[in-house]
Amino acid sequence: MTDFEPVIGLEIHVQLGTRTKMFCGCALAFGDDPNVHTCPVCLGLPGSLPVVNAEAIHYGLLMGLAFGCELAPRSIFHRKNYFYPDLAKGYQISQYDVPLCAGGRLGDVRLHRIHLEEDAAKLVHEGSSGRIHGADASVVDYNRGGTPLAEIVTEPDLRSGEQAREWLILLRETLRQLGVSDVDMSQGSLRCDANVSVRPAGTTALGTKTELKNMNSFAYLEAGIRAEVARQVALIEGGGAVVQETLHFDPRTGSLTPLRSKEEAHDYRYFPEPDLVPVAPTPEMLERARTALPELPADRIARYEALGLPTEQARTLTWRPQRGAFFEAALDAAGEPAPAPRVVANWLERTPETGAVTPDALAGLVALVEAGQVTGDAGRRVLEVLVAEGGEPATVVEREGLGAMDGDDAELEALVARVITEHPDVVERIRGGNPKAAGALMGPIMRETKGRADGARVQALIRAQLGV
Amino acid sequence: MLSRDQVLHVARLARLELSEDELDRFGGELSRVVEWIDTIGELGDLEDVPPTSHVVAVENVLRPDEPRPSLPARVALDQAPDAADGGFRVPSPGAGSETGA
Amino acid sequence: MIRRPELLELTGAQAARHVREGELDPAELWRAYRARAAADELNCFTWVSDEAEPDPSALAEGGPLAGVPVGVKDLFCTQGIPSQAGSRILEGYRPPYTATAVRRLREAGAPVVAKTNQDEFAMGSSNENSAFGPVRNPWDTTRVPGGSSGGSAAAVAAGLVPWAIGTDTGGSIRQPAALCGVVGLKPTYGSVSRYGMIAFASSLDQAGPFTRDVTDAALLLQAMQGADPADATSLGHPEPVRAPGATDLRGVRLGVPDELTGEGIEPGVQASFDASLDLARHLGAEVTTISLPHAPQALAAYYLIAPAECSSNLARFDGVRYGLRVPGDGDLLSMYSATRAAGFGPEVKRRILIGTYALSSGYYDAYYGRAQQVRTLIARDFEAAFAGVDLIATPTAPGVAFELGAKTADPVAMYLNDYCTVPMSLAGIPGISIPNGLSEGLPTGLQLCGPAFSENRILEAAHALERALAFDGSPARVAAA
Ligand SMILES: [Mg+2]
Ligand SMILES: [Zn+2]
Repeated sequence: MTDFEPVIGLEIHVQLGTRTKMFCGCALAFGDDPNVHTCPVCLGLPGSLPVVNAEAIHYGLLMGLAFGCELAPRSIFHRKNYFYPDLAKGYQISQYDVPLCAGGRLGDVRLHRIHLEEDAAKLVHEGSSGRIHGADASVVDYNRGGTPLAEIVTEPDLRSGEQAREWLILLRETLRQLGVSDVDMSQGSLRCDANVSVRPAGTTALGTKTELKNMNSFAYLEAGIRAEVARQVALIEGGGAVVQETLHFDPRTGSLTPLRSKEEAHDYRYFPEPDLVPVAPTPEMLERARTALPELPADRIARYEALGLPTEQARTLTWRPQRGAFFEAALDAAGEPAPAPRVVANWLERTPETGAVTPDALAGLVALVEAGQVTGDAGRRVLEVLVAEGGEPATVVEREGLGAMDGDDAELEALVARVITEHPDVVERIRGGNPKAAGALMGPIMRETKGRADGARVQALIRAQLGV
Repeated sequence: MLSRDQVLHVARLARLELSEDELDRFGGELSRVVEWIDTIGELGDLEDVPPTSHVVAVENVLRPDEPRPSLPARVALDQAPDAADGGFRVPSPGAGSETGA
Repeated sequence: MIRRPELLELTGAQAARHVREGELDPAELWRAYRARAAADELNCFTWVSDEAEPDPSALAEGGPLAGVPVGVKDLFCTQGIPSQAGSRILEGYRPPYTATAVRRLREAGAPVVAKTNQDEFAMGSSNENSAFGPVRNPWDTTRVPGGSSGGSAAAVAAGLVPWAIGTDTGGSIRQPAALCGVVGLKPTYGSVSRYGMIAFASSLDQAGPFTRDVTDAALLLQAMQGADPADATSLGHPEPVRAPGATDLRGVRLGVPDELTGEGIEPGVQASFDASLDLARHLGAEVTTISLPHAPQALAAYYLIAPAECSSNLARFDGVRYGLRVPGDGDLLSMYSATRAAGFGPEVKRRILIGTYALSSGYYDAYYGRAQQVRTLIARDFEAAFAGVDLIATPTAPGVAFELGAKTADPVAMYLNDYCTVPMSLAGIPGISIPNGLSEGLPTGLQLCGPAFSENRILEAAHALERALAFDGSPARVAAA
């Protein structure tokens, strides 16, 4: 039986988080009453003209720089002509043969292009209407119409639904940290279509692809691709052939249904938008974008990994950039000897919220633990106090009496002796050849010392006193 | 010469219903116009000539990202042939029709 | 005080001067023209104000247009006033905003007294394509006024308004101006904002004035022009537009393109043109023959580019947000197709079909793409010509006003009306048509064009020629014709 390799490319639409629409001054807003954010331009009134939003271009340049795309020296807008009620002018202003950004990559996936365009309005289905004889009606709300969109198209570099999902999360984080969008799939500000084909493993020619439309969550994207790959493989193995079509994935049933093929082939009659002039990024525009560019998640993950953090931890700190910044500040605050970054990250991981603890205090706590002045268990208690109240770790240790007990301390030896006498049954089991039973003695000892005792030292004392 | 099917196809793309009479009339007229327009073919090879889509030689005419007042919904809907529920009512597009963006 | 009927004989600039000097009451001027317009028998208007007094906001102190009312082509959006672009599909449409050009005129002091009839969506050369009926030529009411701004041209010629504005895409100001014996100026593309002008072909459309003389044209252009943040393709003039004063053409090198004269021009029109060239020489101009080698292909290129753009610009008329809706069979596709079938007239349909065809898959390169290349060649032709001459002169239209119905059966014959005006439109350069004497008792036009933003030079030359030609186009003369 042949093995099949899935080949997947994504087409992502991202609503840009500008204040106003792509081609008019209407404010972007969600959840308002219908048709309260419209004007002659976004309603497509006769005589109105579009003017490009400078900030949308800036966001486009940010993305282009972030992904290492080639920025077009002179990009133009086209009209994509088709009739649909959510399209006020009968055409969408979009970019066609000269997009703002070409090429580039994010992580291990190459980008094909990024272009700017305008979003469509919202059609709300009304159900049967009395007025139009038994026919269904819809109501158009043009509030969303004209929202700036970036369309990001990847090369077919993805090989599984899981990888697609992971990559889309990386894209979302990158766009979020670039500040160009709130990238919320549930609100539709991030929308993803997938082109899926399969081919015999080891071959390079592309198979016939299908297009999965509008998978509106990361989980659906993965499940949809998985289902489609399975369908295509089964089809080919059964002697059939994949037909190029657009499919709708139903996450409840896991089924894929073709969207009824158009009564006529698409013929968008693209031509250069005569109402707009070319966008030619100037040195000033590029400089502004360069200055605004933060470190990108993929770079940050790589940098954390190089510091010795495991991938998962590097990602977690990257996805939550404030914690990443805290982590780095704590590393900077640490004195000599420098702790392993991984140890600092682990300590940070022990508290879901940083609360009142400062990076300095965390670094101080790590230093105390590493020097053996505070045990790991006591350190957690110190951390809790620092998160709740703030302050210096040394002060907290002093005040709460959480300093590590001296290993030669007679007090500890006496305590061990007392606990041994209080647990004859455990001693019996240990002597009977079960050294692991010693663990049962550790609990009471650590409890009585509030975790200040060094665990290894306590174990050694137990073994010495029992002579095992 | 434009075939009847070509005229029908183009009319459909343009969302123009044509009567039988119009189909005959426009078919003939369009053919004549297209034949005449074909004279631009007589200029021969234009491979080295760049297209002019616009005579305005400026770039980067951009708008600051500052909100401007929108129309009141009442005004936006004022001229609508069928306003309902705060929106513009239309017959529902069938499933699988073109979708936006 | 100046009263009727004398005040109706004044040019716009003269009336404005009298108003400023307190010799003319602008309200009296308004009432006189409102009454003239309301009594129109040429079908020049699609709307006439019924206000007894002019809009007070237009009578701002010291405005250069000083309360002299203006007629505005139907396709300019005017808030709350029907703006129908001569089309059934927009019948009764009252937009919620006003076009920049009209707003600027009003701010300069010119209140809108009437909306003028036009070919539907500015598509036509005879004004016979209006959903509101044809306009008649005041020189001979059995003849057309030209188009598409026929209502504006005829209204100015008949003295129903002191001046008017229209739009020119391939000749729609210059050609009707010629056929009606008035001055028509198409400015440089981008000179006047297109915001609020219901679009025909966006890369070509340009608004401009219809006036009784060249000075008035300069005055209206001054008020209308200027970059507009709402129109990304608008540009400010590098130097202010001035009222012309030249009385001769000394030092002016005038080129006469071989391709746009002689063959194809009616003999009477050519004779008038030749006489004016002699006059120009007499006034000191150096007249030379030049060549615009690609001008013969301009018309075909134009009749690809303009319909292609219009097929897209007119897609918004879909029965959803405004205008006519015809339910058809009740489904969406049927509603679209039935609405557009009922709302558009035959010429608009024809052009939508041609444009859709020219842009459709597999034809773009051979048609639209190639037409854009021809456009480059034509622009280069002008560039080369203007290296050797200052201005170019041609007859404005190949013939005089023709009988109503004479060319409606043959679209190509109708399109040939634009033969002399379309090359300038494709190159985006300015052109003026001034009355150039009569042929067979009907007006002919002389076109002068120059490089982009050479309006001042064109106006000066036109002024000198106008003065020397001493054409009597007064409403009284027109009425007597
Ligand atoms: Mg798109
Ligand atoms: Zn808007």
